[in-house]
Amino acid sequence: MKPIDPAPGEQTALSRRAVLKIGMVGIIGAAVGTGSTAAFARLVRSPRPKYRFFSDEEAALLIDICEQIIPRDDVAGATDTGAINYIDRQLCGVFARHQQAYRRGLESFGRTCLKQYKAPFQDLSAPVKIEALRAIESGVAPTELWGDPSPRAFFNLVLAHTMQSFYGSPRHGGNRDYASYRMLGLDYPQLVGQNRYAKA
Amino acid sequence: MGLKHVNAVVVGAGAGGGVVAKELSEAGLSVVLLERGDWVSFETHGQDELINQRTTVLGNAYGPDDRNPRVCESSPGNWKIVMPNEGEYGNNAACVGSGTVSYGAMAWRYMEKDFRMRSTYGAPEGSTLEDWPISYGDLEPFYEKAEWEVGVSGDMSTNPFTPPRRRPYPMPAFAYNREGLILDAAAKRLGLHPFPIPMLRNSVPRGGRNACVHNRYCCGFACPNNAKNGTQNTVVPRALATGNCELRTRSIASEVAVDERGFARGVRYFGADDRAQYQTADLVVVSGGAIETARLLLNSRSRLFPNGAGNRHDWVGRNLQNHAYSGAYGLFEEETFDDVGPGATIAISDFNHGNAGIRGGAALCNEFIRPPYGFSGMRPPGAPRWGRAHKDFQRRFFRRCGVVQGPVQEMPVFDARVEVDPSVRDHWGIPVARLSGNRHPHDMEIGRFIASKAELWLKEAGAVRTWTSVPGPTQRGGQHQAGTCRMGSDPKISVTNKLGQVHDIDNLFIADSSLHVTNGGFNPVLTIMALGFWVGHHIAEGWKAGKFT
Repeated sequence: MKPIDPAPGEQTALSRRAVLKIGMVGIIGAAVGTGSTAAFARLVRSPRPKYRFFSDEEAALLIDICEQIIPRDDVAGATDTGAINYIDRQLCGVFARHQQAYRRGLESFGRTCLKQYKAPFQDLSAPVKIEALRAIESGVAPTELWGDPSPRAFFNLVLAHTMQSFYGSPRHGGNRDYASYRMLGLDYPQLVGQNRYAKA
Repeated sequence: MGLKHVNAVVVGAGAGGGVVAKELSEAGLSVVLLERGDWVSFETHGQDELINQRTTVLGNAYGPDDRNPRVCESSPGNWKIVMPNEGEYGNNAACVGSGTVSYGAMAWRYMEKDFRMRSTYGAPEGSTLEDWPISYGDLEPFYEKAEWEVGVSGDMSTNPFTPPRRRPYPMPAFAYNREGLILDAAAKRLGLHPFPIPMLRNSVPRGGRNACVHNRYCCGFACPNNAKNGTQNTVVPRALATGNCELRTRSIASEVAVDERGFARGVRYFGADDRAQYQTADLVVVSGGAIETARLLLNSRSRLFPNGAGNRHDWVGRNLQNHAYSGAYGLFEEETFDDVGPGATIAISDFNHGNAGIRGGAALCNEFIRPPYGFSGMRPPGAPRWGRAHKDFQRRFFRRCGVVQGPVQEMPVFDARVEVDPSVRDHWGIPVARLSGNRHPHDMEIGRFIASKAELWLKEAGAVRTWTSVPGPTQRGGQHQAGTCRMGSDPKISVTNKLGQVHDIDNLFIADSSLHVTNGGFNPVLTIMALGFWVGHHIAEGWKAGKFT
């Protein structure tokens, strides 16, 4: 089973599928005129942004938070399964109303770590990362660094969305390779005789 | 040019309206059936846990969409706009068949006492608890029609509390799944009386459609092999087959036109192209569900009814009910999960009535299969919600858990209500429903009692860790919404008579859960269908006698 979305790291290079699409645009462009050919050239040259909504820095922080929520063990975790893809994609769709909560919440959380631990979250040791997240889960954070969302609201938002990414259908960008369904031993889709992967 | 006049307009092709449309068109009336949603199919969303009618984090699979906001009182005096996929919206569905496309399909008859709640228990202070103007016996033949014409699988032979029936179910009951078998033995050890849940699903092929294949996901989803019986695959096609019924989808009713003499003249609506239309008719039936029916009546202002059709005494939209679902969760050492869907198989009716100090009660059933995302939120109080412990819990207990819950019958509250918002309008410019009010405190007392019984049952079944759940006070209707246009014999304290005929508007009827005086300790859909047959039958009788023209 192929991943539904390319992993974040793969997105700088054009995937085979994207090349095919561009090839088709090129053929159509050549048929209708030079304007389209110029657009095709631009498309090939411009670097593709990694994310729809997040900056690279925001994404790196969020990926690490999600990984603490669903860590990799002998089964894939949030990073492996594309939690960032799911959240990034939904924020430009049905979760558009949460954009500001993510932008401000990540900013507040990043600054909280700098203040409390004198280091960015990503540089903290594993136990300290968990301690830092437990603190905001229970609402303990420097009040001057937080407004709307509150630490608790921000944590609950990320928690819910990480769970959705991991346990929802891969068609939404997470749960790559049906990792959570494998983990639970669930056939998916559950249609007799149509299992899409070898049972765990 | 105006639309061709018809005998009847029915608003809403759900559990009530689908049945009424069939009854009237079979009786020879020309019928236009207006449905705000469209035909839907399994293929659109499949078995997607994040988009269905139960878990709606990415939207409702079967409507409505965001062109249909509502307003809720989030705290006293504070109103906020809510979208259909938010909990406070109190959504059911918007499509041909409405909730019957995606329901869990439990097919309960209410019990005799459920129609006589006030005379059985007396109303607690602060409740408008009342008897229905009809008895179980009045409705019994129409329950039977619903069971046979829509299709129910069941067997009540081991339930001593079941109300009398003249005819057995048309299909045999479903077998218990593993969770059901474990609970069956435990219930018997406790001296309780377990029985298979009656279901609006084919246990055997019937009506040219398949038998159930026990999909994991059923409640909240359309059926991939059409074995679940809703109005969209039974009575609505039969109505259309008469040649007397025209179904207009994506048609949003905005007003029932009531004339100077107090007669309904037809329904104003917006068609699929958003253009305003006016369908005249000899009679009108409103079946929009308890929230939308109340909204439509309140938006139908006329000289005789300046506060909305049938609202002379301010009862339209009042007494919004649902079910105060309460129950318990249990963790087991042995595997309880066998992936035989939909999962809810066993019930007891021992605690529906006759509980000391409690008015009514609830049936208790094992829960539909808990899907993975939903299960990620199912934790004992204080347990870690994330990290390694989260994954360990998922792996250890996804296949080793049991859930028993009951639809606790609520005490109606006058101020739990539907109004129309003074300023917020939907995509078509129609004032939206706004919801406010709380459950009666007694509901939570009943809930705690029911939850304790559920917990006891799970413990006897071998659960090593259990915890209970009782809902909070907020009342927003939801899939079991009911009660907003109650039937009654006194026009001052009800909206329709016992036939669903709106007081003082002789050719305007209601046929849905709005009519429910009380909502039973059971899932309401079979009662809504039975009322559809009841109201439809009496309209057809009246029609034959020359009324309404």
